[in-house]
Amino acid sequence: MALYRQALVRLVGDRGILLEYGDSIEPGVNLKVRAMAALLESRPIRGLLEVVPTYRSLLLIYDPMLTEPEALLEGLKALEESGVSEAQIPPPREVEIPVCYGGEFGPDMEFVANYHGLGVEDVIRIHSSPCYQIYMMGFTPGFPFLGVLPEILATPRLETPRLQVPAGSVAIAANQTGIYPISSPGGWRLIGRTPLRLFRPERRQPFLYKAGDLIRFRPISREEFNALAQQQS
Amino acid sequence: MPWPNSRAELPAFKVLDPGPMTTVQDLGRFGYQAFGVPVSGALDQFSVRVANWLVGNPAGAALLEATFMGPKLEVASECQVAVTGAVVELLLNSRPVETWKALNLRPGDQLWVRGAKAGMRAYLAVTGGVHVPLVMGSRSTYVGARLGGLDGRPLRKGDMISRGPASLRGKAPRLPEEYRPVWTHQLRLRTVLGPQQEHFSEGLKVFLESEFQVSPQADRMGYRLEGPQVLRKPEAPPSIISEPSIPGAVQIPPDGKPIVLLVEQTVGGYAKIATVVWADLPFLAQARAGDRVRFLRVSLHEAHQIYRENMARLEAIRRLLEAPP
Repeated sequence: MALYRQALVRLVGDRGILLEYGDSIEPGVNLKVRAMAALLESRPIRGLLEVVPTYRSLLLIYDPMLTEPEALLEGLKALEESGVSEAQIPPPREVEIPVCYGGEFGPDMEFVANYHGLGVEDVIRIHSSPCYQIYMMGFTPGFPFLGVLPEILATPRLETPRLQVPAGSVAIAANQTGIYPISSPGGWRLIGRTPLRLFRPERRQPFLYKAGDLIRFRPISREEFNALAQQQS
Repeated sequence: MPWPNSRAELPAFKVLDPGPMTTVQDLGRFGYQAFGVPVSGALDQFSVRVANWLVGNPAGAALLEATFMGPKLEVASECQVAVTGAVVELLLNSRPVETWKALNLRPGDQLWVRGAKAGMRAYLAVTGGVHVPLVMGSRSTYVGARLGGLDGRPLRKGDMISRGPASLRGKAPRLPEEYRPVWTHQLRLRTVLGPQQEHFSEGLKVFLESEFQVSPQADRMGYRLEGPQVLRKPEAPPSIISEPSIPGAVQIPPDGKPIVLLVEQTVGGYAKIATVVWADLPFLAQARAGDRVRFLRVSLHEAHQIYRENMARLEAIRRLLEAPP
């Protein structure tokens, strides 16, 4: 009981509707969300301005002068009935993110290791093993919410968030992991840092990845971090 | 001396005093919310449109948004300027001049937007629009990510501000009083319930029947309100799976104090009891700490009626300001 049989439609003021596809964070539910987002991007509906996919819901922002929820839902239904399936989601890209774990880059690494009775090397090995899915992006530009973190590393958030988390910090919170693309406040546990610049507003493609893509972390040494950081600037 | 290139930007102002928080804004940065980029843009978009139309710009040209205290500027080239939004004392070379009106300025003139007497944010539009690079489709400043505007930051003393290429208009229109909004200390914000109104029962009554106060924690990210607690049903979860938000969404955190989310927020993890209609957002943007807020429930049908009426009113203003004198 995760994927609803029919999407729940919620009103978001006079300009939005939220389509909710399930009641939990799960690959199947998120796949449905992304399938619908991909469908709407390839076959725009009149009056639809923006489509925002998240874990289990899709926000549709519309122009009330051109359309209204009923017409949008009809358009959506027609698209679905035209035989569009999940096979039409563009295949996810796999993006490798080099990470220098622990030390000054991962001030919470010791805490995380001790919390689970693991060694630092174990945490690095476990964190860098899975291929994570980007369930959604939000909080700050380019911040990927990744799942699912192996249960054995699930660690609660800081009780008091840091006022300034350095850009590139790789962090965990409960059963999620993510990366802070820009310096910002944050309450997740910091275990490492990537030298890559993850948000480049001056480029035509400001981001390296989007919701639905896959991320794999590759442990790197301090030397490699420095070398890569130089290439980035 | 070379002929001035009519397609290049021109110097407009030197910043003598920036005010506490003055940024370059336009109507927002669209299309990147799925990547975690908030729409940003001006908070009171009614005043933005009018300021731009007064000086002959398109509605969405970039301008300055001043927070409470305005900037003091020295004019660098002949231009027209209009100040709208909050009720401010506007001084041109130390003499009071009208707001909601186009002003013809000459090099060396000093324009000072003084503290707001009512409302919170003043808007200053200039012929051709404030010229800063277009970043991801917008000139809006998002200070949190150092994006857009002047290097992603508020104005500083000594900044030189350019304007886009546009010729001066021969007329200097003013917006008649009857079209100007009145900023009161008692707001009635119309809302459409949802997206998660079912998380509340008694709380919904409290929300619709109580008066709230704007707290000092009110900025471009959101306005936090004080007042009776809006509590969720005991069986409703303390948080929801993070989902997108739009400006006007009224989020209820576990402490029961509503937060109206504004333009620098993309996702949220608390239930939203209602969403303020677009036409009423300028009034919230102009509210100050201590102002009283009541929420009014309207149906989606009524909300769309309000939306169309508001667009019609804006269109009437546009025609009025564009018509020949």
